[in-house]
Amino acid sequence: MSQEIISNVICTVCGCSCDHLQVTINNDKIVKVKNACAMSSGKMLGYRNERITQPMMKKGRTLKPTTYERAIDATAKIITKSSSPLFYGWSLTSNEAIEIGVDLAEETGGFFDNTTSICHGPTILGVHEIGESSCTLGEIRHRADLVIYWGSNPVHAHPLHMSRYTVMSKGRFRKSRADRKLVVIDVRKTDTAKLADVFIQIEPNSDYELMSALRAAVRGDEIEQEIVSGVPIDKIEELAEMLINCEFGALFFGLGLTMSSGKNKNIEAALSLVKELNSKTKFVIMPMRGHFNVNGANNVTTWLTGYPYAVDFTQGFPRYNPGETSAVDLLARGECDSALIVASDPISNFPHQAAKHLTSIPLMTIDPHITPTTMCSDIILPSAHVGIETTGSTYRMDGVVLETRKLVDPPKTVKTDVEILSALLKRVKSLKR
Amino acid sequence: MEKELSILNAIVFDPLNNIEGEKLDVHIKNGKIVESVGRKARKINASGKIMMPGGVDIHSHIAGSKVNAGRLLRPEDHRKDVEIKTKRTHSGVGYSIPSTRITGYRYAKMGYTTVFDPATPPLKTRHTHEELDSTPIIDKGCFPLLGNNWFIMEYLRDGRLDECAAFVAWMLKATKGYAIKIVDPGGVEAWGWGKFIKGLDDPIINFDVTPREIIRGLCKVNKILNLPHIIHVHTNNLGNPGNYQTTIDTMDAVRDLADEKRPIIHITHVQFTGFSGSSWLNLGSGAPEIADYVNDHSHVSVDLGQVIFGDTTTMTADGPFQYFLHQLSGNKWVNLDVEAETGSGIVPFQYKRTNYVNAIQWGIGLELALLVEDPWRVFMTTDHPNGGPFTSYPKVIAWLMSKKAREKMISRINRTARRRLDLPNIDREYTLGEIATITRAAPAKSLTLMNKGHLGLGADADIAIYDLDPSKVDLENKPSTIRKAFKETLYTIKNGKIVSKQGQITGNSYGNTFYTESQVSKNLEADLMKDIQSRFKDYYTIELENYPISDSFLRNPAKINCKAEV
Repeated sequence: MSQEIISNVICTVCGCSCDHLQVTINNDKIVKVKNACAMSSGKMLGYRNERITQPMMKKGRTLKPTTYERAIDATAKIITKSSSPLFYGWSLTSNEAIEIGVDLAEETGGFFDNTTSICHGPTILGVHEIGESSCTLGEIRHRADLVIYWGSNPVHAHPLHMSRYTVMSKGRFRKSRADRKLVVIDVRKTDTAKLADVFIQIEPNSDYELMSALRAAVRGDEIEQEIVSGVPIDKIEELAEMLINCEFGALFFGLGLTMSSGKNKNIEAALSLVKELNSKTKFVIMPMRGHFNVNGANNVTTWLTGYPYAVDFTQGFPRYNPGETSAVDLLARGECDSALIVASDPISNFPHQAAKHLTSIPLMTIDPHITPTTMCSDIILPSAHVGIETTGSTYRMDGVVLETRKLVDPPKTVKTDVEILSALLKRVKSLKR
Repeated sequence: MEKELSILNAIVFDPLNNIEGEKLDVHIKNGKIVESVGRKARKINASGKIMMPGGVDIHSHIAGSKVNAGRLLRPEDHRKDVEIKTKRTHSGVGYSIPSTRITGYRYAKMGYTTVFDPATPPLKTRHTHEELDSTPIIDKGCFPLLGNNWFIMEYLRDGRLDECAAFVAWMLKATKGYAIKIVDPGGVEAWGWGKFIKGLDDPIINFDVTPREIIRGLCKVNKILNLPHIIHVHTNNLGNPGNYQTTIDTMDAVRDLADEKRPIIHITHVQFTGFSGSSWLNLGSGAPEIADYVNDHSHVSVDLGQVIFGDTTTMTADGPFQYFLHQLSGNKWVNLDVEAETGSGIVPFQYKRTNYVNAIQWGIGLELALLVEDPWRVFMTTDHPNGGPFTSYPKVIAWLMSKKAREKMISRINRTARRRLDLPNIDREYTLGEIATITRAAPAKSLTLMNKGHLGLGADADIAIYDLDPSKVDLENKPSTIRKAFKETLYTIKNGKIVSKQGQITGNSYGNTFYTESQVSKNLEADLMKDIQSRFKDYYTIELENYPISDSFLRNPAKINCKAEV
């Protein structure tokens, strides 16, 4: 087979959804990737490693190869019989697959949760309370003269964020790095902080205090303390002046703000700060979403159920109460009696108690790779990579939807998430008849 | 086997075919209305029931990025209104921003079979289509927001009208959109800097073009492309006292472009731009002045944006207005600006009958409907969910048909508003035929959906049968009967199939998504693509190749072809 070069390929790693990758394919394998960051190259060139290529089912204590038909049938029987199956993961697959997943949870009266609940869940709780002033990333590229990263280290976690969308990008009204100020707020001097015009190092778990002091300073209130969160008041007031005096400011935040002490209260304070700044200038805020389609998982679930994650179908209608209906909490309480994990690895990421319960109930996984979760599973349904081996639409962190492409064939014996989930839903419906 | 159905002895209201309350039989075969069917056809006896074409909603925010952001913003909205899964239907949530499935079911239950989402940011229109595809039963479409688009503003600034037309044609094709939507032209671009513009002649910062030039330019483009609908305009200055003048000025800005006696501009949710007075204290209804203008000028059509008292979620592409409403109400607020194109905002809101301003707003919508003489140029909407959820339509119908219903509400609204409105002195009551006009026939005609909005031979068999016998009920004096009848149909038929029966969904099909393709000359298209390519990367953060929505992306696409004049 001859060599083929495909341009404008959409990356499926982080929430940046860079769509300018150039991929060289030789013999139905990706052999070269241009314009990609290290994470993206890693995935694009390494997607063939540690794959599961055929369905597996536990016989006794060992996993044995089986067919999709048998594995899907067994999975369908388990989740149909369960009183409260959990459907978890979803952030590394397509909207099309997620949509079927929600229907599956509804059909079986289970719980549907995505990785948001251990990631930017508090962000969403904050938005429920305050709302958010936001925009697409291009608005920031064109207009922002002040960019803040708070508790976020894009140099490592979103490597092209700054060059494509923020301080290092070329926009209509901001031509270069010299036209913009970069502020980084973090507990340590990260590689992003090293690039900042202003770096503010704060004491761990004191984001809420600093955010509140900043809000007070922006309002012109007197602050009686001399130091807040390890930062002298002068510096806070200086920062407040920067915020007020910019023409267009953008605050990006990561899990450093979301998952440190205060959680959703930190986010409420951040959202409020940005909201209030809009009476003085233009200001926007955006969470640095991690997985390439975690935003899609939130969106699809929201249009189908009204709620973005942690949806409970056990009563026949969507119910939502994160902390009660979210995966970690359900599992920690030992409530779910089976779990289907799709495109995620909760055994690695969940707290011990929750992970332990997962291993004590029938556990089924749909995933392209061998992971700790697949290793603990009773049934494994291998799947193709969205955006490499199959198509599917995904949401960028700012809500721009892109149609990813199929670049190469998946391993001959491997089906896509959509194929597997559709067959599963069909089987569940026929079992219920 | 061919699907055949006969509806016998119905009291038919089909304004496009000049049928008003005649007792008729209608036959259906393969989803279309036909002359006759075989003897074995299924029969529905609709004796003593009224029958109308399926409802056509020309302006209802049911899908897309801001609708979903509204859902995400408001778990409290969903909790009070849930629907349980049944054998035939999905579960979901409702109230002011229903989940997609519930939107389809609730429209179908009310006898509506076609709904257009009037505001999709082009860059995010894939999202809109994903939601439209997830909305069952009804046919649908969406209007891309083009009034603050950088390419368009630049083409119009430079007087390159043909290129502008070619660009709009490309945009409609790329987004699978149906018509040109203009929201606060230039104002949303200014909001990108947190700034506001007010008047039609305010220059737009950095673009050296005015709202008037954008509206006139796109009106001309609409004509050049022979699009099925007319420019659909949300004016500047929405929500500000005195803005009725902006509305009239906007209509008048294109008066000289009309060459036939038919509308060339649609002003949407006029209630929100029908305020007279100079402040909130002396706010009044500008509906009489606007209605006078509409009555005197055939180039204009309008829809209401009727206010319904109660809780709802306001959402529009008019980002600056939503910020203003957030400041006014203190309620939570979402803003979502979209690069090089548009913006949007969302604010939950409660319309209170005892609040002076809200009561005036309620009056403006009804005054407008009652004072515009030609029902073919005024469509019933609540600008769902901005004035109130679409499920409130039966209330609006009752107010329009019964002075008694209006009087009852007027007696309960804010006293000062009651004194200042003309509404108590208006005696007009809509007939059932006029209701059929403003809820289906006229919007279908305005959208040039030739097979919708009527029951003539060859029309799509989209039909609503309501349990109402006008010969037996004195409707003006029994508004509750009107409300009850229009709340849910006896039968809703979509493409010849019964999809809802007495409020129970019986079919779980998915309708079509209409979009427009206007073909410009090959040379012009080639020149345009060269020009777009040269600047696209400078304007957008995605690649040109990844912008157009592929044909296979839509579940049931239905393309309307038009021939451009360039």
